[in-house]
Amino acid sequence: MKIEVDAASVRIEDATILEHVSLVLHPGEIVGLIGPNGAGKSTLLKAIAGLLPLSNGAVRYDGAPASQTRLARRLSYLAQDGEVHWPLRVDEVVRLGRLPHRTPFAGESAGDRAAIERAMALAEVARFRARTVRSLSGGERMRVLLARALAVEAEVLLADEPVAAVDLLHQLRIMDLLRQVGQAGKCVVVVLHDLALATRFCTRLVLLAEGRKMLDGAPADLTDAIIRRAYGVSTLRGEHLGQTFVLPWAPLE
Amino acid sequence: MSAPGSQGAQRTDSHYAALVGALGFVVVAAFLVSLFVGYAGLDAPQAVSDALHGADTLPAIVLVELRLPRALLGCFVGFSLGLAGAAMQGFLRNPLAEPGIVGVSGAAALGAVTAFYSGLSQIIPLALPIGGMAGAAASALLLYALAGRGAGTTTLVLAGVAINSFAAALTSLALNLSPNGFAALEVIYWLMGSLVDRSLPQVWLALPFMAVGWLLLLASAPALDALSLGEATAQSLGFDMRRLRLQLVGGAACAVGAAVAVSGAIGFVGLVAPHVLRPFVGHRPGRLLLASGLGGAALLLVADIAARLLPIRPELKLGVITALIGAPFLFHLVYRLRREG
Repeated sequence: MKIEVDAASVRIEDATILEHVSLVLHPGEIVGLIGPNGAGKSTLLKAIAGLLPLSNGAVRYDGAPASQTRLARRLSYLAQDGEVHWPLRVDEVVRLGRLPHRTPFAGESAGDRAAIERAMALAEVARFRARTVRSLSGGERMRVLLARALAVEAEVLLADEPVAAVDLLHQLRIMDLLRQVGQAGKCVVVVLHDLALATRFCTRLVLLAEGRKMLDGAPADLTDAIIRRAYGVSTLRGEHLGQTFVLPWAPLE
Repeated sequence: MSAPGSQGAQRTDSHYAALVGALGFVVVAAFLVSLFVGYAGLDAPQAVSDALHGADTLPAIVLVELRLPRALLGCFVGFSLGLAGAAMQGFLRNPLAEPGIVGVSGAAALGAVTAFYSGLSQIIPLALPIGGMAGAAASALLLYALAGRGAGTTTLVLAGVAINSFAAALTSLALNLSPNGFAALEVIYWLMGSLVDRSLPQVWLALPFMAVGWLLLLASAPALDALSLGEATAQSLGFDMRRLRLQLVGGAACAVGAAVAVSGAIGFVGLVAPHVLRPFVGHRPGRLLLASGLGGAALLLVADIAARLLPIRPELKLGVITALIGAPFLFHLVYRLRREG
């Protein structure tokens, strides 16, 4: 599915959260959505997911607007808060990802069960399937929620800060998982704060600052000057195994 | 609870069927006991046979005019309260939500009290339940006028709390202005909740509304499951939150409004039934609906049987018994929530 964000603006009360952002997303891309706090990353992700009314502009899916129910099977959204309100079993949480595929009065199909197993295997959560989410660590829990999002088996996966609150090992495992999903031909859009992870795992970066798009290009296009302008920090660059990486170093005075 | 492995999900399915079957059995058993337990001894086979043959004998009249409406209402009112309680708790993702939280129970009580005070209930036999249902309908409309179509869940609950307190204030005002003590006492007794001296026409009046409410609430099961992951995720799974709010407020207004209109305000059933049964359905809000409805029906039938069997006269009001059973459960719930932090 090709997604076109066409001059999208979002205003809430008098504040402009997103200003005239245009973007085209293709299958097989892993797009990192980066930018400082309040830049409008989560808002843009929700707009792409069709979860938010736009003040101006439009989002088109394969050239046409789509309703929420239509989108539910084609587009999967992983929320930022990672909330699970009841102590549900892990496999019951993953099962929720099949809700868009269920027809009224019909139980779970063999296809649904297979998709749940695939998602749990991919996210490596099958071994704690019978535990409740409350008994898991933050990183394990995020993998379970990711498995829930994968169980939708949608063409597009939108993830809002999936590595913000997890340890280093889980950050790498989750990013690697997202890369696998992208390499399998799906479109992945992921909101990130960590520029090292963003430049390393994403095929394309979209930098937002104060609701506007500042950069849309390959990870190599994210120059020190742009980072300085968007975040107000100086950077340190290095190279390892032929890959460049970038670290934030000090606030600019 | 069950062993890991690919059979886990299916195992919880059969677990659930067994639970619903067991609860259904308890409800049927309690219903039968409720039919044949009372102050007057009843020759059960004789009463049933007379009633079926249309004979106007005393046993048949006791069975059809007194016991049957009481048992039926115990079932239906309990089911409504248990179901609506589970639906509201799932909707608000809060185990302390009660069925009337959106304002319907207070408004239904006020409607019935108004019917009583205006003297309408002396002229028209069904004025009391009709007044109650009108109150519930008015509260649902007022809720939408207050909170608006685009209102979020928090606004909706605040509006519900406001409606409940305003209705309670008006009910107190009516009691305060009561011309004589007897009238006030009668209203207070009615407000405590009871299934005594209800008639079959009252059952048939309330049942269609309750049934519509049940359907609306039961149909929300998948959306409530999705809501366990928050509103944004539920929306991304294809559930329209505005439609869901409309469906749940409408369902609660029909089911709880009709229940309060015929039986008065019976507390705690809608709080206790979902709380007790939640662990047995793996905490899934959607599955809890039917189980909690059946649990509520069983609980209310048993409480009503207890009212008849307890050697206390005049008979304890049903609302008093459910509160006496329910309050300790509430303490337990608060204690457990505190421990979970």
